[in-house]
Amino acid sequence: MSSIFQQLINGISLGSIYALIALGYTMVYGIIKLINFAHGDIYMIGAFLGYYFINTLHLSLIPALLLSMVISALLGVVTEFLAYRPLRNSTRIAVLITAIGVSFLLENLMIYFFGSNVRAFPQAIEKKVYTLGSVQISNIQLVIIFITLFLMICLQFIVQKTKMGKAMRAVSVDTDAARLMGINVDLTISFTFAIGSALAAAGGVLIGLYYNSINPLMGVVPGLKAFIAAVLGGIGLIPGAVLGGFAIGILETIVSALGFSVFKDAFVYAILIIILLIKPSGLLGKNVKEKV
Amino acid sequence: MKIFNRNNFCWLGLIAFSFILLSVLINIGVIDTFYEMTLVSIGINIILGVGLNLILGVSGQFSLGHAGFMAIGAYSMGISYLKYPTMAGFALGIVIGLILSGIVALLVGIPTLRLKGDYLAIATLGVAEIIRVLIINMKITNGAAGLSGVPLFDAIPMWQLVFIFVVITTVIILNYVKSSDGRATLSIREDEIAAESMGINTTKYKVLAFVIGAMTASIAGALYASYYGTIVPTNFNFMKSVDILIIVVFGGIGSFTGTFLAAVVLGILNTVLQDIGDLRMVVYSLALIIIMIFKPSGLLGTKEFTFSALFHKKNRLSKKKGDPADGSIKH
Repeated sequence: MSSIFQQLINGISLGSIYALIALGYTMVYGIIKLINFAHGDIYMIGAFLGYYFINTLHLSLIPALLLSMVISALLGVVTEFLAYRPLRNSTRIAVLITAIGVSFLLENLMIYFFGSNVRAFPQAIEKKVYTLGSVQISNIQLVIIFITLFLMICLQFIVQKTKMGKAMRAVSVDTDAARLMGINVDLTISFTFAIGSALAAAGGVLIGLYYNSINPLMGVVPGLKAFIAAVLGGIGLIPGAVLGGFAIGILETIVSALGFSVFKDAFVYAILIIILLIKPSGLLGKNVKEKV
Repeated sequence: MKIFNRNNFCWLGLIAFSFILLSVLINIGVIDTFYEMTLVSIGINIILGVGLNLILGVSGQFSLGHAGFMAIGAYSMGISYLKYPTMAGFALGIVIGLILSGIVALLVGIPTLRLKGDYLAIATLGVAEIIRVLIINMKITNGAAGLSGVPLFDAIPMWQLVFIFVVITTVIILNYVKSSDGRATLSIREDEIAAESMGINTTKYKVLAFVIGAMTASIAGALYASYYGTIVPTNFNFMKSVDILIIVVFGGIGSFTGTFLAAVVLGILNTVLQDIGDLRMVVYSLALIIIMIFKPSGLLGTKEFTFSALFHKKNRLSKKKGDPADGSIKH
C-alpha cells in the first residue's frame, strides 16, 4: 500500500512536468491547429538557461526560473514570427515539416555551440527527504508540485479573466470571426506561443532540478510524451492537458515500478494509438462532426 | 499500351548507361572504396525516399515511421543472414523483412490511416518507436547492443545489388502510381472528400500506398544491414525518419525525379561536409524551414522528368518551326 502512495508521489512530480509542457502544446494546437514539434526543444532551452543562470550567474532558483521563462517566451515568439507566421495559409503538412525543421535547428544549434554531452544541473536547493510513515517525499518534489500548481492557477486566471485570455479563446473557436470582431489575431497567437514557451521552460528548469542532468536532446522524448498527454486529455483543452499530463506521469511511473521500465516509452505510445482509435477527441473532448 | 515503346527503351537505355558509367568509373578508380560507400548509401536512401514519397507525395499521408519499417527489414536480414550466410539466407532475409513489414504496416495502417494529417504523423512515429523498443528488448535481436558481423553480400559487388534494387523498387512504385489504383491514390491527396464521393475506397488506397512504402523501406533496411554489417536500434530512431523526410521534401513532395536528385545531392554533400558534422545538421534544418516557407511543395514540386515530355517538346518545337501559324495545335 505504501509503495502505491510512493509511486503516486513520484508519478505526480513527473506528471506535473508533462502537464506544463502539454499546456503549451494544447494551447498552440487549439489556436492554430499546429503540433509544435519544437515545443520540446523550448523546454530543453529553458533547462539550459536555468543551468546558465544558476551555475554561471549564481542566481537562486526563483529568479533563474523567472528569467529563463521570460527568455524562452521571447524565443517562442521569435520562432512563431519567423517560421510559422509565413505559413499561416499553407497546408498542414508544410507547417508540420517546418515545425520539425525548427525542432532540429534548435537541437543542432545547441549541439554545435555547447556540445552534445550531458551536463550536471546545479543543486539550486539542498535536497531534503521527508519521511511520512514509509512514504518518502523530497523537498524538490514538493517544489515541483507547488510551482506547477501555482503556474496553472496563473494560466487559468489569464485565460479566463483577462482580455487577452478572452481573445485567445475567441481565436481558438473561430479565427475569422475573431478577426472581424476586431481582435488582433497575430498578436494573440504570439501571446499564446509566449505563454506556452514560458511554461515549457519552467518545466525544463524543474526537470533539471529533479533529475540533475540536462543535454541538448532531452526535449525530444518528453516533448512527444507531453503531446500524447495533450491528446489523451483532449487536445485544445487546458484542463485536458493537465489531466493528461498527470495521467501519463502516473502511468509511466507505475509501469516502471511493476518492473517493465524498459517498456515505459512503448507503453505511452501504445496509449496514444489506443486513444486515437477509441476516442480521438480525448478524455474530456466532445465529438465534433466534420462538416463537408 | 505496348510495353516495348520508345519511352521504355529510353529508360532502359538510361539505366544501362548509368550502370556502365558507374562500372567504368569504379574500374578506372575515379570512384574508390570510400566513394563507393557514398554510392551505396545514396542507393539505399533513394529506395527509402521513393517509398516515403509514395506515402507522402502520392497518397498525401504524413508518415514519420519510415525508420521503423527499415529496422524490420534490417533485423530480418541480420538475423537470417547471420544464421545462414548463403545466398538462400540473404533471399530469406529480404522475404521475411518484406512479409513482416507488410503485415505490420497493414495492421497499423488500417486503424491509423483513418486519422487525418498530423494525428497520423504522431501515430506512425509512435509505431516506429514501439518497434524500436521491442527490438531493444528482444533476445533474438540482441537488445541495445545490436547485431554485428552480418556478412557482406559477395556474389556481386554491393553497389550493383543496390543498383538493381533501386531499379526494381522504382519501377514497381512508378508503375503503381501510373496504374488506375495509383490514380485513385493521387485523388486522395488532391481532395479526400471529393475522392470518397466519387466512390473511391480511400482507406483501401491509403493502406495500399502505406504498405508498399513500408515494404520498400524494409528492402532498404535489409541492404543496409548486409552492407554495414552492424546494426543497432539507435540507427533507426526518429532522426532517421526525419533524414528520409528531408530527402523527399528537398526533392519535391510527389516528384520521384526530385527524390533521386535530392538523394544524390545530399549524399554527395554528406560526404563532402563530413568534417563539419554538427554544423551540417544546422544547415539542413535551416534549409528545411526555408524551403517550406518559400516553396512548400519542395524544390521540384511535383514535376517529373520523362522522355515522353521531352519528345513532346521536340515535336512541338519542330512543328512550330515548320508552320508558325499552327503553333497553337491542341494535343
